[in-house]
Amino acid sequence: MKKVVRGFYSIAYSVKLCRPDVIAAYPITPQTEIVENLAKMYADGELGNCEYVTAESEFGAASILVGASATGARTFTATCSQGLILMSEVLINAAGMRLPIVLVNTNRALSAPLSIWNDHQDSMILRDAGLMQIYVETNQEAHDMVPVAFKVAENPKVMLPFMINMDGYKLTHAYEPIDLLDQEVVDSFLPPYDPPVYMTTKNPLTFGCYAPPNYYAEFRVVLQNAMERAEKELEKAYKEWAEITGRDWGGHVVTEGVEDAELIAIAMGSLTGMVRNVVSELRNQGKKVGLLKIRTFRPFPAKEIKEILKDVEKILVFERAVSFGYEGPVGMEVKSACFGLTPEFYSFAVGLGGRDVPGEEVMKIINEVYDGKVKQGFHFGTVKPFEEVVV
Amino acid sequence: MVMKITLGGVSKPHSSKTMKTGDWGTEYPVVDEEKCTACKTCEYLCPDACIVVVEKEDGKKVAVPDYDYCKGCGVCFSVCPAGAIKMELKEIYKLEVC
Amino acid sequence: MSYFGPGHGACPGCGLTIATRNVLEALEGKCFVANSTGCLEIVSSQYGRSAWGVPYIHSLFENTGAVAAGIDLALKALKRKDEGKVIVLAGDGATADIGIGPLSGMFDRNHDVIYICLDNEAYQNTGNQQSGLTPPGSNTTTTPVGELLPGKVGRKKDMVSIAVAHGVAYVATASVAFHADIRRKVRKAAEIEGAKYIQIHTPCVTGWGIDGKQTILSARLAYETALYPIIEYENGELTRVRKIKERKPVEEYLKIQRRFRHLFKHPRGKEIISMLQKIADENAAKFNLDV
Ligand SMILES: Cc1ncc(C[n+]2csc(CCOP(=O)(O)OP(=O)(O)O)c2C)c(N)n1
Ligand code: SF4
Ligand code: SF4
Ligand code: SF4
Ligand SMILES: [Mg+2]
Repeated sequence: MKKVVRGFYSIAYSVKLCRPDVIAAYPITPQTEIVENLAKMYADGELGNCEYVTAESEFGAASILVGASATGARTFTATCSQGLILMSEVLINAAGMRLPIVLVNTNRALSAPLSIWNDHQDSMILRDAGLMQIYVETNQEAHDMVPVAFKVAENPKVMLPFMINMDGYKLTHAYEPIDLLDQEVVDSFLPPYDPPVYMTTKNPLTFGCYAPPNYYAEFRVVLQNAMERAEKELEKAYKEWAEITGRDWGGHVVTEGVEDAELIAIAMGSLTGMVRNVVSELRNQGKKVGLLKIRTFRPFPAKEIKEILKDVEKILVFERAVSFGYEGPVGMEVKSACFGLTPEFYSFAVGLGGRDVPGEEVMKIINEVYDGKVKQGFHFGTVKPFEEVVV
Repeated sequence: MVMKITLGGVSKPHSSKTMKTGDWGTEYPVVDEEKCTACKTCEYLCPDACIVVVEKEDGKKVAVPDYDYCKGCGVCFSVCPAGAIKMELKEIYKLEVC
Repeated sequence: MSYFGPGHGACPGCGLTIATRNVLEALEGKCFVANSTGCLEIVSSQYGRSAWGVPYIHSLFENTGAVAAGIDLALKALKRKDEGKVIVLAGDGATADIGIGPLSGMFDRNHDVIYICLDNEAYQNTGNQQSGLTPPGSNTTTTPVGELLPGKVGRKKDMVSIAVAHGVAYVATASVAFHADIRRKVRKAAEIEGAKYIQIHTPCVTGWGIDGKQTILSARLAYETALYPIIEYENGELTRVRKIKERKPVEEYLKIQRRFRHLFKHPRGKEIISMLQKIADENAAKFNLDV
């Protein structure tokens, strides 16, 4: 059933079809409309047995889900930016406790200065948290990835929190014709949650232990192993989804024109569309450029990326965040994946805090890198001339 | 035996029983069975759940400390309304001072 | 009584474990425990050495009110409410300081949770730092006694009023000095739907500088001096208090504890002692404690 809806609705609707047991959330722009829609569905009695609560904070919302998930409930929340960072202590804890909480992060910049607009600084800071992270390009993809997220998070071989990243405003507030899923399709793909362990008086287990040094390291190895298994299980789920729905979003990465490319441009999220357009225009002009879209960021598909980049001369990463004091985080990951290869490497932080990224800018960056006109390494995209002063 | 790492660190109930804390204290409680009225005050107040009123063969109920876990804290001694508990110094602490 | 311990690692004579055992006993083990980071958690939940005989979860220091709310919601959604009551066991620091936001949220949304604050009057797990529930005059490592300062100068936060102000249907204080009273209050709380708050005075041998033989004595003296009134509120009304036969001067309570010993020689000691006596007198008057 195709319907023109906004991004936040496509998420809320998909969450409903996943039959969650507990939703806890807290409003923050531009995520608010996701939970408002869920709240309305709850008020209208459309969420079945699900309990929906607005918590006292994002920290509280995530903590509620820790208790609920450990009790055996399917759990969902959505947040971004300041809210995600406020949740971070809890999410890191949930990963260690192996609780399959699913969240949607509507990527937004971090304060200061305060900004409600989009970049990837928020989710990048949670890179090491033990959450699976994917980045979606369109609202249909976002809609489709919610059942996938639950399926993989709750897979007994995985049991990890799952964060779907969708660009704030650019996707959340955009109208797109969305093929809204049918309940039967989701039911056939996503079985009810069957937790391997959960809190019950019938078998009174202890959750959330502390581990002295003679145990702690092994738990971290196990977390890493779970991420490694997640790489396979997620890939399988992507495939199964494509078979069931006929919509194939690709695997961990998607490529276009990389086979003969001298330059491969790398992007994540909604910016990919723009980069794709520019790349295909340049190919039409006879330039040997290709596109690598990264969908799965954690677990990081390093081997696949290295294989794709193994013969390329130039790598160009479009970043939406900065690791201050070094460079862009995606570029760092790509470089480490390419260890042993010797391509030229460039990365550009663009679109920070919602700054528009016009096609001409992408075109200019790719052309300049292609033509050898810029230094290797990390750069910021277009910024206006300024002078640093105290007041 | 190879170490087991459970999902999320889940632990089995009462697995602390392997920690025998009976050697922590310097003192240990001795119950005077004649004086004990089996009132259970000690049982409710022992921080280590290791003194329990039990029925003996002769039918008399008395408080019995479990020295495998007793830390010799003296809570039971301090609360016994019948004055039925004495704390005694463990043999190994009865050192001669030269 | 087999819902907690033995084999846990608490100091000999620890008040927390006494309270915990009586809480679980009152519910006959039919409960879910959410516990904050702190002494009780550390001594009972080492990997593979759990002292718990009931379903138990520890997440963080400051989120236990919310974790318990989540358990409550899950039990509702999964139609498993009959399995048992949801209880929180949290330290005074977790309750009155760092976790007061999630606690307030839990109260406000009126989850079916018995929130029990185990009040040992400081951050004991980390070595006796002051909390909002540390009483004035207490020598803690972050309110140390010095040439100028006589230990903590601020007051003990009134969590009972904070709970009552949230409209919590049942709010009570209790003490390990009265074990049957703990069980009665927990059972009573269990019969009431919605959020409940019980604050139990639980002496800490290490932080207070007492001997295990004085654990119950010190708790009793806190009550007998009216420094720790034992009271009950139902639907906002004070419904019951434990009367004091012959109220004792606060010095009797203070002098047996190392954390207050300096008050008897510090230049500002007298001032603090009379402040504490004034608090006790006010408690006695406010709750009509004297017989
Ligand atoms: C966010 C955070 N800050 C600080 C700590 C360190 N910490 C752990 S337990 C604790 C004190 C606990 O005090 P309380 O809640 O009174 O419990 P008690 O140990 O006294 O029973 C502190 C400061 C922590 N674990 N997490
Ligand atoms: S001395 Fe302490 S630990 Fe031992 S039985 Fe008595 S109260 Fe329990
Ligand atoms: S408190 Fe004393 S009288 Fe009562 S059961 Fe224990 S030992 Fe016996
Ligand atoms: S430090 Fe105090 S509260 Fe902590 S275990 Fe020891 S006696 Fe109990
Ligand atoms: Mg404390």
